[in-house]
Amino acid sequence: MSEHATLSDLDAARDNTQSAAAQRESVEVIPAANESGQPAGPDAETLSMQQALNRALSEILEADRKAVVLGEDVGQLGGVFRITDGLQRKFGEARVFDTPLAESGILGMSVGLAMAGYHPIPEVQFDGFAYPAVNQIICQVGRMNYRSRGKLPMPITLRVPSFGGIRAPEHHGESLEALFAHVPGLKVVSPSTPHEAYHLLKFAASRPDPVVFMEPKSRYWQKGPVDTAASGYSPEGARVVREGRHLTLVAWGAMVARCLQVAELAAEDGIDIEVLDLRWLKPIDAEALATSVGKTRRAVVVHEAPLTSGLGAEVAALITERCFGTLKAPVERVTGFDVPYPSGDLEDEYIPDIDRILFGIQRVLEYRRG
Amino acid sequence: MAEIPGSDHAFLADEDLRELYRLMVAVRHLDESAIRWQRQGLIPGYAPELGQEAAQVGSGYALDMTRDFVFPTYREMGVARTVGVDMVEYMSTHKATWHGGLYDPAATRFAPIQAVVAGSVLHAVGWAHAQTLDGTGGAAITYFGDGASSQGDVHEAMNFAAVMKAPVVFFIQNNGWAISVPTERQVAGGSVAARAAGYGIPSLQVDGNDVVAVAEATAAALAHARAGNGPAIVEAMTYRRGPHSTSDDPGRYRTLEAERADAGEDPLQRMRSHLVAKGLADEAFFEEALAAAKAEEERIREGIMALGPRPGREMFDFVYQEPTAALKDQARAWREESEHV
Ligand SMILES: Cc1ncc(C[n+]2csc(CCOP(=O)(O)OP(=O)(O)O)c2C)c(N)n1
Ligand SMILES: [Mg+2]
Repeated sequence: MSEHATLSDLDAARDNTQSAAAQRESVEVIPAANESGQPAGPDAETLSMQQALNRALSEILEADRKAVVLGEDVGQLGGVFRITDGLQRKFGEARVFDTPLAESGILGMSVGLAMAGYHPIPEVQFDGFAYPAVNQIICQVGRMNYRSRGKLPMPITLRVPSFGGIRAPEHHGESLEALFAHVPGLKVVSPSTPHEAYHLLKFAASRPDPVVFMEPKSRYWQKGPVDTAASGYSPEGARVVREGRHLTLVAWGAMVARCLQVAELAAEDGIDIEVLDLRWLKPIDAEALATSVGKTRRAVVVHEAPLTSGLGAEVAALITERCFGTLKAPVERVTGFDVPYPSGDLEDEYIPDIDRILFGIQRVLEYRRG
Repeated sequence: MAEIPGSDHAFLADEDLRELYRLMVAVRHLDESAIRWQRQGLIPGYAPELGQEAAQVGSGYALDMTRDFVFPTYREMGVARTVGVDMVEYMSTHKATWHGGLYDPAATRFAPIQAVVAGSVLHAVGWAHAQTLDGTGGAAITYFGDGASSQGDVHEAMNFAAVMKAPVVFFIQNNGWAISVPTERQVAGGSVAARAAGYGIPSLQVDGNDVVAVAEATAAALAHARAGNGPAIVEAMTYRRGPHSTSDDPGRYRTLEAERADAGEDPLQRMRSHLVAKGLADEAFFEEALAAAKAEEERIREGIMALGPRPGREMFDFVYQEPTAALKDQARAWREESEHV
């Protein structure tokens, strides 16, 4: 019974991902393949984010003998989102293995593997199920390097299918970035495109510090150009996805594509918007914020997580500290609400949509000092 | 309860028995001294292991520190001493010098002191699984208490280890108390070892005040794990003779009479009688052991007194291998504003 429930749950989640994406495609203006603002090099292939992540994991396992993938259903099944598809067949059960169903166990075991010189890449099946592992993530993963005075580094890349947008059951649409960004010792990153997903995962897995890798699950099946060679690609800091003069939209994960759509719509009204993909939620690229907003003098930050103590507050503070003298208006936040993540029928009411982002932009543009 | 096969009763020679006693005396003396140090204001706090010398020295003595790895709690001073951790570096955690202790956990193969109850039990499983992958023949030993056995992580660890046949020994010191809560209100069924059956893990419940029995049980458990048979559980039944810590007042939850009745015979006294009965030690030996323990404590105390605070910049130094720009900024601001330039 439980196995069936789990599997159908997962399949439903996957189907929903696709159908929700299809739905959105029918109602929203989907930018061209090169929505990312990244030049598609001559060698670029078209991959979905799921394929790009799978490719990256395969190459990581190939190149790094100490890399191991572990989690619930990541082996034979290939993960409920198929991110680890085929990896166990290719690399064997020692490198890619199913664990019992216990998130604290997965993270605690990863700590021990790291202490023994391994580079664990654990998967937590869904964002909401990272909570049972929070004790291990905060008190152990985030602190072992410190506690051991640098002798026991934690090169752990924790993959978390994240955020909403797929009509999933309860606890399958959480945005945990503020929680993890608050923890000393952790780093947090979220890719917005297949190209970013491929490169950021490879980069994260090569680092000696623990990285929480938040995959925007609503983007898993969206395709885009991936240039695996990408010489000159920089995986650190934020990146300007679209240049503009009047206002900076700051976003990450699935909200980046939405902000690009907003920018296109605003352009029709002569509003020239810059879109900044923050990518790293810890450390946040404060210089990139200062550069962009220093130029545009207006900023709106967009995220799916609830407003209060969300990362938008941190972004607003960083911008204010650096650009207070030239800001034309307070930094606006367009975010989810301070409510539990709602059921599928209401999630479009919850996640910032094009209209709410446009309203936010309007408030900033029309702001007049009292 | 399934017995752990392969117990090697011959591994303790006469000189080992004498060494076990010397170690227990050194640990006892250091432990009692540490309480005094706290009263004298030398250290802010301490969690004594008084009464658990046999459990700690016996289990530590069974380890092969060329390939095994210890995952301690906050009360494993006796294990640390037995496996050769520098005791000034170890005790520095109680001086409030550095949370995990100043010793190098990678070099000593003794994980940083763990203050989260049951926090490192899963780490032992992960480390042990890595030994399977690497074929080192090493085993992990994870120490935890009766109170810790209530934590979900312990269940997860035992189940993971059994499923993966990880070479790990779960070593429970059932000392009767978790701060103020007695075992009967902590451990349903009265025994952690008894749970092993449910996981298909062999287990031993031993007299934790008998250092020889503990050493043999631990050796058997380690042999079982090393041979690729998966985990084993050893539950050492002992008694926390002291307070939970130097800030605890046991008078609020147990009487002196109950303490005396429940504690049983002192593990040091028992070993002493054993050595005498076997003709392995005389009065001169015991005096010598105590004198050595005192000399050792003096050296450690001097080392502790000489320990200054770590430079404040170390707050920032070890958060990451690759520190963030924001953290470097904070470190710079701290340095400037606190004039620690
Ligand atoms: C997760 C957690 N909860 C609570 C505490 C506070 N605490 C420290 S020791 C302790 C009792 C532990 O008892 P036991 O596991 O039997 O070990 P003992 O102290 O007897 O060695 C408690 C409640 C803690 N350190 N960690
Ligand atoms: Mg106890």
